[in-house]
Amino acid sequence: MSKPFLLGELLAWIRAHGPWRWASQGLRARGYSGRTLVTAVPYLWLALFFLLPFLIVLKISVSEMQLAMPPYQPLVSWISDGVIALRISFENYLFLLEDSLYWKSYLNSIRTAAISTVICLLIGYPMAYGIARSPAAWRNLLLLLVMLPFWTSFLLRVYAWIGILKNNGVINNLLMALGIIDEPIVMLQTNFAMYIGIVYSYLPFMVLPLYTAIEKLDQSLLEAAANLGCRPVKAFFRITVPLTMTGIIAGCMLVFIPAVGEFVIPALLGGPDSLMIGRVLWEEFFNNRDWPVASAVAIVMLFVLVIPIMIYQRSQGQQLGAHR
Amino acid sequence: MASPRPEQKNEPWKDPGAQPYVRLEKLTKRFGDFVAVDDVTLNIYRGEIFCLLGGSGSGKTTLLRMMAGFERPSEGRIWIDGADVTATPPYERPVNMMFQSYALFPHMSVQKNVAFGLRQDKVAAGEIDQRVTDILKLVRMEQFAKRMPHQLSGGQRQRVALARALVKRPKLLLLDEPLAALDRKLREHTQFELLNIQEKLGVTFVVVTHDQEEAMTLATRIGVMNHGGIAQIGTASDIYEYPGSRFVADFIGSVNMFEGRLVEDEPDYVRVASDELGGTFHVGHGVSAAPDATVWVALRPEKIVLSRERPDGDGDNRVEGVVAEVAYRGDQSIYLVKLATGRQMRVTQPNTLRTGTGERIRWDDRVWLSWDSSSPVVVTQ
Repeated sequence: MSKPFLLGELLAWIRAHGPWRWASQGLRARGYSGRTLVTAVPYLWLALFFLLPFLIVLKISVSEMQLAMPPYQPLVSWISDGVIALRISFENYLFLLEDSLYWKSYLNSIRTAAISTVICLLIGYPMAYGIARSPAAWRNLLLLLVMLPFWTSFLLRVYAWIGILKNNGVINNLLMALGIIDEPIVMLQTNFAMYIGIVYSYLPFMVLPLYTAIEKLDQSLLEAAANLGCRPVKAFFRITVPLTMTGIIAGCMLVFIPAVGEFVIPALLGGPDSLMIGRVLWEEFFNNRDWPVASAVAIVMLFVLVIPIMIYQRSQGQQLGAHR
Repeated sequence: MASPRPEQKNEPWKDPGAQPYVRLEKLTKRFGDFVAVDDVTLNIYRGEIFCLLGGSGSGKTTLLRMMAGFERPSEGRIWIDGADVTATPPYERPVNMMFQSYALFPHMSVQKNVAFGLRQDKVAAGEIDQRVTDILKLVRMEQFAKRMPHQLSGGQRQRVALARALVKRPKLLLLDEPLAALDRKLREHTQFELLNIQEKLGVTFVVVTHDQEEAMTLATRIGVMNHGGIAQIGTASDIYEYPGSRFVADFIGSVNMFEGRLVEDEPDYVRVASDELGGTFHVGHGVSAAPDATVWVALRPEKIVLSRERPDGDGDNRVEGVVAEVAYRGDQSIYLVKLATGRQMRVTQPNTLRTGTGERIRWDDRVWLSWDSSSPVVVTQ
């Protein structure tokens, strides 16, 4: 007998008798179908790798710091005569409110992310529009070019910007060689460099959803608008923008959310005053070794981000409802 | 199909002094190497419903899009109401269009869709409301003003699209396959409604369609298009009864087409001998062709009389055959009769009597086909 045949028989036997059958029968008896199992997988994944870590971080954020290993006090402690003590401390959160450093860096993060998002939108929309309206043969190539940077490590690309922007970097050397400037322009370690880094890194996340939305837009709607006496610029704001709003919102979320927590780009390209919450978190965790405060910072940041995500979800739901 | 409109007394295209309302002059449009519209010259008069009829790729939609300003002509000029609009952008033309897909703005309600055009013209808000209400009443959609386009049926969308195009009171309304998306019953109903609206508002209509019945019902004149050019222009009955070419005869309705040779050429009649027919046509109109030239004779199926007995008279305009197929269509029956030459001839006869009463012609019956000398048409190209 050949091996594949044996294997096939074995599989058939397992399906007929083995644990497979017990499992499937057992599940069916409790009212679970194959569909439930399939949808259960992503939920299990999220529970294991998102919900559980989140709960751990939440737990640490309401504990108190101690110089030990682990560097925080347990929430639940045994007191000698069989009494369990539960210590929940909101001190860390109060500390975040008291020290202006924290809310300033939250605000700074949100402002930086918002400005970056607007710049990405202003650059990304014409790009996406151009790609969506280019001849079909060109479109895939252009999209590939948008995605091409992903083939190189993110970190390497940010380092490359250091080489371009630094005092004896590509731009300054070129400008000085041409005699346009005598002194190098200080660009690295400024907000300017940080915005360049963020916009450069996140632009593809803006372009791709915008492209999808614009590409779907029915050209005859713009013709109808023109036919009814609407000039092209006005038609863009009355027809194109509202009908590509899903793409605009998706692109803005995909840029804004990671940009709020961005740590690498401000650290490498930004100046000392560009205090962003990702950097504060890093310093609390690794330099101060204050895990509870770092966890509180993370939890607050999560809630700061959950609000725009919920707005996004709502608008998506409305869009789905409207087009059905 | 009978014309629903009373026979029009004013036929401006016959008046050499009449000013055309729309004039297309040697219009050509090329897309790369492909010539979509080829040297079309066309006059359309005020109050007309002009139908551009043709198959897909005949250039009819491109011609319409050039009138709307969506395509720039490669050559030629377009005049509307005496003004050269060849270079005028679409948003400045006194033209509105009803799109084949209707192109309703999906994010606006019916009311907003219809008001869109008036808003662009900065019409006062009160007047906009009044005019939108009036036009929605005209297309009988007033109770749907608050609905979104996706909440409407195909026929309702079509009415909204029409209202949106009409509300600006355009001089010229372009309709691109206006009824293609509707089912048969609704289509017929809407055709007559379009005619009513056109009469009420007196707008000039240019309709693009591939549906000859639609063209015949609506049009004051039809322009049959083929390969980017106009094959023939005329009223529905002109085109049906006096096709100018084999293409037009074949395209409009069904026709029996026979190749033949001109054997007798007189000013008021011709005789055409056809080997395909196995007989001779006596045609009651003159033809400008050389004697002995090869011509084609077009004969409409409904103009042929079917009988078992040999008709009286001389030997022209008759042929004997065997019934090969019978198709019962309710109002009429279609017979395919095989001639001795091997050609099949299509004959339709109205079912004036209820079937089962009287003697019916069946498969394999030997029959005589005959027709009046006014029925066949000779075409030379």
